[in-house]
Amino acid sequence: MGKAKRHARFSVTIDATRPGETILMPEGDWLKQMQIPRIGDLALPRDTKALVLDGTHIRNWDTMLLAFITRLEQYAESNTITFEVVNVPLGLKRLLDLTKSTSNKLQPPEREPESFLTALGNKTLQVFKSFASVNRFVGELVLTLLKFHVGLARTRWSDIWRQIALAGHMALPLISMIGFLIGLILAFIGSIPLKMFGAEIFVASLVGIGILRLMGPVMVGVVMAGRTGAAYAAELGSMNANDEIEAYRAMGLSPMETLVLPRFLALCFVLPPLCIYADLLGLAGGMAVGIFYSGLNRTEFLRQLSATTSLNDLFVGIFSGFVFGVLIAICGCYQGIRCKKNSTAVGQAATSAVVASLICMVIATTIITILCVILKI
Amino acid sequence: MTPPKSPSNPPHEPPPIEVRDVTLSYGQRIIQDKLTFTVKKGATFIIMGGSGCGKSTLLRHLIGLHKPAAGTILRDGHDLWNCDMKTQHKIRQASGTMFQSGGLWSSMNLAENVAFPLQEYTNLNPREIKELCQVKLALVGLAGFENFYPAELSGGMQKRAGIARAMALDPKILFLDEPSAGLDPISARRLDELIIELRESLHTTIVVVTHELQSIFTIATDAIFLDSATHTMTAQGHPRQILQDTTDQNLIDFLTRGTGKTDRQQAI
Repeated sequence: MGKAKRHARFSVTIDATRPGETILMPEGDWLKQMQIPRIGDLALPRDTKALVLDGTHIRNWDTMLLAFITRLEQYAESNTITFEVVNVPLGLKRLLDLTKSTSNKLQPPEREPESFLTALGNKTLQVFKSFASVNRFVGELVLTLLKFHVGLARTRWSDIWRQIALAGHMALPLISMIGFLIGLILAFIGSIPLKMFGAEIFVASLVGIGILRLMGPVMVGVVMAGRTGAAYAAELGSMNANDEIEAYRAMGLSPMETLVLPRFLALCFVLPPLCIYADLLGLAGGMAVGIFYSGLNRTEFLRQLSATTSLNDLFVGIFSGFVFGVLIAICGCYQGIRCKKNSTAVGQAATSAVVASLICMVIATTIITILCVILKI
Repeated sequence: MTPPKSPSNPPHEPPPIEVRDVTLSYGQRIIQDKLTFTVKKGATFIIMGGSGCGKSTLLRHLIGLHKPAAGTILRDGHDLWNCDMKTQHKIRQASGTMFQSGGLWSSMNLAENVAFPLQEYTNLNPREIKELCQVKLALVGLAGFENFYPAELSGGMQKRAGIARAMALDPKILFLDEPSAGLDPISARRLDELIIELRESLHTTIVVVTHELQSIFTIATDAIFLDSATHTMTAQGHPRQILQDTTDQNLIDFLTRGTGKTDRQQAI
């Protein structure tokens, strides 16, 4: 707390001629940096019926004194004591009047505090409502897609190309690095136990199936959820805050057609090629470990790879990537469009977009994997 | 409402703000040039001018957010960009700013917004801080709005709350950027009255950027006019006096809403 504060001085006198009246005189300086007395410190006589604050001896003051007087006022009111302020500096008097002036005051709307049960009920309803609103959003998106298909949607190709560029080739450096390193890591982890059995050659199979079916698309999905999904939510969220989305609506343009569809189509379009690209780099990473760590030669590695992996693995991966694209675009755009109009909400929208994308991706991967097992793909 | 009287600076004290031959620029582009003026203690000083003339830019320089391209800005006799950290800190604390759209922190409610500077810069206990916040909000007419978040308030209320936060530390200088822009006439007038009341009761020096003529003539004790064509200030003084004396057509147009010199008396 630092050094001890100077005490603000005051005196309490009782006027013998008027029983029950107590005069409180603040003296000298009453400033924020001083120790302001509490009501208990004033030692007001118990039979006080009227309290008078006499400001004759106040020298310097700031709004701390105003807060003190307001506190006294509240105390007097709750103890049915009459309270009066006399001889205070003119500025202080005017400020006191200003705090009470009705022409200046705005009426806050009534807000009842919620009980625990009400809050719980509201939260539960909120969950159902958000299900409904996601459904509505997806439904609208499907209708917009149909409109686009028959050429009725007001979606500009230039917007779609721009979004493809933003989500596609600009993500390549990041995906190159992560794809290569994931292949490398997978091969390393696999080759340690495989070496114990002298079966290093199976590193090729492990990397092949692992990358093509799962790790390639999942890593691309994670990168795109963090990079593009969050960007969609933040961009649309701040557009909403600036009334830019309303501006589209006001012109009779659907934000679904002008904003959401280009982003959705772009992600669906770029995810599969990005998966193939990540797969290639992942395999390269795995091969690097196979050659330089496990002592395989390139021909062996490639032969084993082609013997144990099939095109189906690649197609399952590409399909997963496409599904992830759909999910990330929906999560990002939905969170952005429904975002509230302030900066905290924009941050929350971006966070929710990434979290929801990741959860959806994990669920989708599970479903795809189970289906593949059942259908023996 | 009687028009505020022009204050005179105490002779022995340096003025709160002194601007000497200042140039403001963005990169190579000069916004304003050769600005020299003094803001006297206890004044309501208006920076007026048309849109895009650099009013807000000048205000940001006075606050100390940007360094002028040339010249010096003295606050209480100290050059903010040429003094030790301690003085710099002290000078910044001695002023409060209300930004054009309030600049309230949206993650905090109004009480927390006002409490923040008090928690950082004073050693008041939480109860005293709470009481002070209530008083400050009551002063701007927002008693009972302590638990509201900025997003739940109208533009005018956000501006009032912005003033309450700017006043949290009882600053000697209050900077207000477009306080009445975007408000309905009644709210704008009440805000003007509030500014006059705060100046007269707390003796705060107030620097206001505005182009609302009504406000200019109501609250000003002193003003400068920034001309966007010549990139410099073309007049200083009380707005009524400026209008009486000037022969500059741009300035007359500005102060008479483009109706010209013949209607001058009517505008006043």
